Amino acid sequence: MPATWSVRAITRSMLPLLAVLAVVEVGSGLVLDTFEAQLLRHPSLLVLVPVTIGTAGNLGSVLAARLSTAFHLGTLSLDPRDDELAGNAVATVALAATVFPLVGAGAWVLSLATGGTTLPARTVVAVALASGLALAALAVVVTVAATYAAYRLELDPDDVVIPVVTNVCDVLGVVVLFGVVRVLV
Amino acid sequence: MSVRDVATQAYREALPALAVSAVGGLFAGLVLGGMRSDLRAVSGLLVLIPALLATRGNVYGAMGAKLSTGLHQGLIEPTPIPDDRRVYSAVAAAMVNGVAVSAFAAAVTYGVLVALARPTASLGTLVAVAVVAGLLSGIALAVAVVVAAFAGYRRGLNPDTLVGPVVTTTGDVFGMVALLAAVRLVVALGGG
Repeated sequence: MPATWSVRAITRSMLPLLAVLAVVEVGSGLVLDTFEAQLLRHPSLLVLVPVTIGTAGNLGSVLAARLSTAFHLGTLSLDPRDDELAGNAVATVALAATVFPLVGAGAWVLSLATGGTTLPARTVVAVALASGLALAALAVVVTVAATYAAYRLELDPDDVVIPVVTNVCDVLGVVVLFGVVRVLV
Repeated sequence: MSVRDVATQAYREALPALAVSAVGGLFAGLVLGGMRSDLRAVSGLLVLIPALLATRGNVYGAMGAKLSTGLHQGLIEPTPIPDDRRVYSAVAAAMVNGVAVSAFAAAVTYGVLVALARPTASLGTLVAVAVVAGLLSGIALAVAVVVAAFAGYRRGLNPDTLVGPVVTTTGDVFGMVALLAAVRLVVALGGG
């Protein structure tokens, strides 16, 4: 299907989905609100919130953009044995395993530098790594499902897949972080 | 290409940009920590923040992906100053969508908080903060995404891999700073 390039066509294709996703994100804001006391008690966890959500969204959006282009160029088949698909999935998990421990360490150092921390560094790193690996696996599943749905519904995957993947990663990011903190902290 | 080749290439292309955007995310965390008094002054702001930041990512991420695909397909020329109507249509659509959805998210936040009987600032305050923050961060994001995608493509980088992290980094840094500026402005003008 050809990509659309007029303001009206782009808006018509995206606005309803954006509105739905905004409502979903308000739900994740409500989760954050209930979790606020714990975040304020442990400043390193508060610093960790935007970067965990952002990095998870990045992993999903890189994967989604690569799959969308492969799809437009005709080099992708939605088969688990497809090399393009499997290779990108493996890279997503490997990237999470590399970046999240550093993110945890960075959050701990920043909170140490700006007013003290209440948690040991290894706890913050463990929280980041466990959340990151869970989110990478979820990002792969969500991206493939959204790409397939866009294909079946004949929507341009660039307009649809990235928003769905990024938002699901955002909401899951808050929920997964909340769950991991409850187990590890 | 084998699975291993695809994975190695994807990993190498994505790692530098992901690392840079993680630094941006940590900076956003610091700004968020410094906004505690603003969060107390404007009830409901914390609930609204994920929706505002996500809307930036959604709108400008999709715009960047669209420009990437156009570049790959040869529809758009990566000139230093974009001269193609398609580029300006994509940017205009992103600005309209970004501001409209931010205002909508503020209205939904207000409605949900009232329904749950939780404390909330006035509808006008939340919508004003969302619209001002959306305009300020939208300008920064549109410029950053177009420049990154075009300059990257000219240097032989895959814009697909650049766009997501550039949007998240710019969105986190400028998004949080724009939100801070918007809250202070609206409160100074009598909202709250």
